[in-house]
Amino acid sequence: MRMKPVASALLAFLIMPLSAHAEEEVNIYSYRQAFLLEPLLNAFTEDTGIKTNVVFAKNGLAERLAREGRNSPADLVMTVDISRLNELVEKDLTASVNNDTLTANIPAHLRHPEGKWFALTTRGRMIYTSKERVAEGELTTYEQLADNKWDDRICTRSGKHPYNIALIASMIAHHGEADTETWLQGVKDNLARRPQGGDRDQIKAIAEGVCDVALGNSYYYGNMLEDENQRPAAEKVRMVFPNSDGRGTHINISGIALTKSAPNRDNALKLMTYLSESKAQHIYAEANTEYPANPKVEVTGVVASWGELKPDTLSLQTIANNREAAVRMVDRVGYDN
Amino acid sequence: MNQAADSADYPSHPPLVAGRTSKRWLISALLTTFVVALPVFSVVYLAFFPDENIWPHLIDTTLPRYLDNTIRLMLGVAVLTLLIGVSTAWLVTMCEFPGRRIFEWALLLPFAVPAYVIAYVYTDLLNYAGPVQIALRDWFGWTNARDYWFPEIRSLGGATLMIGLVLYPYVYLLSRAAFLEQSPSLFSVSRSLGHSALSTFCRVVLPIARPAIAVGLSLVMMETLNDFGTVDFFAVQTLTAGLFDTWMNLGNLGGAAQIATIMLSFVLILVTLERYSRRRQKQFSARDNRQPVYRFRLSRPLRMLCTLTCTLPVVLGFVVPALVLGHYAIEYFAQSWTTEFVRTALNSLFLSSTAALTTLVIGLTLAYSRRLHDTQGMRILMRLSSLGYAMPGAVLAVGVIVPMAGFDNWLDGLMGDWFGWNTGLLFSGTAFALVFAYTVRFLAVSAGSIESGLQKVTPSMDMASRSLGQSPGGTLIKVHMPILRGTLMTAALVVFVDCMKELPATLILRPFNFDTLATYIYQFASDEMLSHSALPALIIVLAGIVPIILMSRSIGNSRSFQ
Repeated sequence: MRMKPVASALLAFLIMPLSAHAEEEVNIYSYRQAFLLEPLLNAFTEDTGIKTNVVFAKNGLAERLAREGRNSPADLVMTVDISRLNELVEKDLTASVNNDTLTANIPAHLRHPEGKWFALTTRGRMIYTSKERVAEGELTTYEQLADNKWDDRICTRSGKHPYNIALIASMIAHHGEADTETWLQGVKDNLARRPQGGDRDQIKAIAEGVCDVALGNSYYYGNMLEDENQRPAAEKVRMVFPNSDGRGTHINISGIALTKSAPNRDNALKLMTYLSESKAQHIYAEANTEYPANPKVEVTGVVASWGELKPDTLSLQTIANNREAAVRMVDRVGYDN
Repeated sequence: MNQAADSADYPSHPPLVAGRTSKRWLISALLTTFVVALPVFSVVYLAFFPDENIWPHLIDTTLPRYLDNTIRLMLGVAVLTLLIGVSTAWLVTMCEFPGRRIFEWALLLPFAVPAYVIAYVYTDLLNYAGPVQIALRDWFGWTNARDYWFPEIRSLGGATLMIGLVLYPYVYLLSRAAFLEQSPSLFSVSRSLGHSALSTFCRVVLPIARPAIAVGLSLVMMETLNDFGTVDFFAVQTLTAGLFDTWMNLGNLGGAAQIATIMLSFVLILVTLERYSRRRQKQFSARDNRQPVYRFRLSRPLRMLCTLTCTLPVVLGFVVPALVLGHYAIEYFAQSWTTEFVRTALNSLFLSSTAALTTLVIGLTLAYSRRLHDTQGMRILMRLSSLGYAMPGAVLAVGVIVPMAGFDNWLDGLMGDWFGWNTGLLFSGTAFALVFAYTVRFLAVSAGSIESGLQKVTPSMDMASRSLGQSPGGTLIKVHMPILRGTLMTAALVVFVDCMKELPATLILRPFNFDTLATYIYQFASDEMLSHSALPALIIVLAGIVPIILMSRSIGNSRSFQ
């Protein structure tokens, strides 16, 4: 029986983290890495005195939130990719936010009509070409990627990756399913190798001569330019803003949503508005070379040097709605095989 | 002794307990199994409620490829781990060659390297920008990737090699323990009856060690089946990849749970087949520590060959990754070494040791209950309790959340109604949830090895102990636990190292602001910044080494050699 005190002490220690509720705080479930959020959250805590708590995971947080239900400690969900935000709305896990600062800072096409999510940054899905082997202006649209000319010259990551799925979903919105499938088959036939690795790996593959053309989000290129070891590879590669002369470049977002059950609702709203204001928007853009969602915030640094991004104004909701069709298309085409 | 019962109805031994005491063991086994199997049942339950039927689409498109890749991966890893694990275990147990004493524990080292880390390291080494290809290009004057052919590490073959290299220690550990526990006289008898060493190995040693080897191999198979990190990184489309696709991209958790359930049945069938094939065997060894074993004295070339055989897996599975990680850890040391990092390491240590202890106690309870009540029902209970291991960590995490958050909310409602108390989430989102998840996940590891260890203790030990007045519990503590010391330590060690490496369930279940070494690595690795995670990766590896060496020593000490 002498085990009992020991056992209960151990149990108390194991479930302790929950009992620390005394101070002002806000709890975040994040699909973005904690180190990406750190500069922002530190600035927020410094300015407001509100402590931030984060759990980061790439999947499963929506299930956790749903099952925890009314007692969930989470106030906010931060995520990348519109589909994730849409999933939260569909599962009815997010609350509507009607806040003047947020509506003033975030343009209407970058937030949910009822305020169930807000974009904080945008990123373009860029085309990368070899400076040596592809002439400037030779490749300017997503549509051209299916051209025979690029046979055995294209590299991409898995077609199932959310960023590619969103791009394909936007193609479906613009061209319809049948034409998009023909296009996707064309791109697949042009691949120089089986889809693999991340976006950075595709840029590296161009530098290595494995392929001449690649797809990748803008900030990967920016971050490679800022990493001493990866800069030489990035410098051999040119970033192209696809469809600039037409409908604009496909963009995706990182965003934030208030949970229905939020126990620290006021603090959560403070953080949401804080993140939409210029100080935080600057940090976001500089720390991860993304585009601020707040149009009043000027783009600076390496991102500014790339020139103007003309975004495709297609509604993000449409992209989210076409996600399933895009996933099934990738399977039918056998893009990853 | 390896007694094959002549007929199936011949009772193997009389029941080890009778009367009231037996109930206590039975009930505790039942309760434990129920709690431990809850997450698995939750997943099976979810499988009944898919958002839509995914199978027509899967069968039309990707399923054949998923199955094909999965089977080839599993076969490849099985062959690789058996070859490396059994042969090296035999060599270090029975042959004398330079470095043997070092290899005894060194062969376990790759076990401390997480599969996702070794995959990263070899990609870094063998890809175009890596040192190997740079050297080749310099040497031959090639200028770009199109000038030459180089094996693609990101492939099915690459994944097989990576997974095999870090998982073979399961087979090695369990076969070595089995070889050590075999009575040396068996070997001598076989030799004196005219069998060669090789023939004795195949006809006497291997069959006796088979239950242990099978346990090791089935652990390997389950880990291979649920591996996501490596196959995802290498873009190998296995069933697990399909599962995550269904869950994350199609938003169909029920469909994903169906795939998980099918993977479970796959494992169950494998394990059952293996058991069925040796259903008539029963073996007990009266371990005789007084009689020393004489290791083979080999000729010089053979000794060299032995050393080489044992060096290769250690170098490939441990030395190379450790060197690469060490290199990066030094280069990025300033960015990596923070106070947060130390706390992270302590979190890992605390969680893993708690979980190792918990699984040991539960595993012992279950295995011993089964010994007391060797009925069909108990056998099924044992199988049920170890299913968590066959499930991808992220799916298991959802399986943990469902009953746990359900219980928390139920209790909260109850307390609210009765006393007006607000208990909130008592267990969800705490370290307890993590320890529970680890226990569910890794119970198969400890229960499996304890069970196979217990099976080799002859029932006459129990009978003697009981007739001298010991209770079943007393017999366990005073007789079995000392006999099984090596096995128990092995079980705890394996679970500890496994917990240190566990990633997907930890990510989903952990409390706020809480990192383990594995999650710490992952947040950088998942943003394609792997070099920043070298230090924590190295620490996981190093933290695994110390217990490995300690325990390996104590296993080796359990038998006298000359």
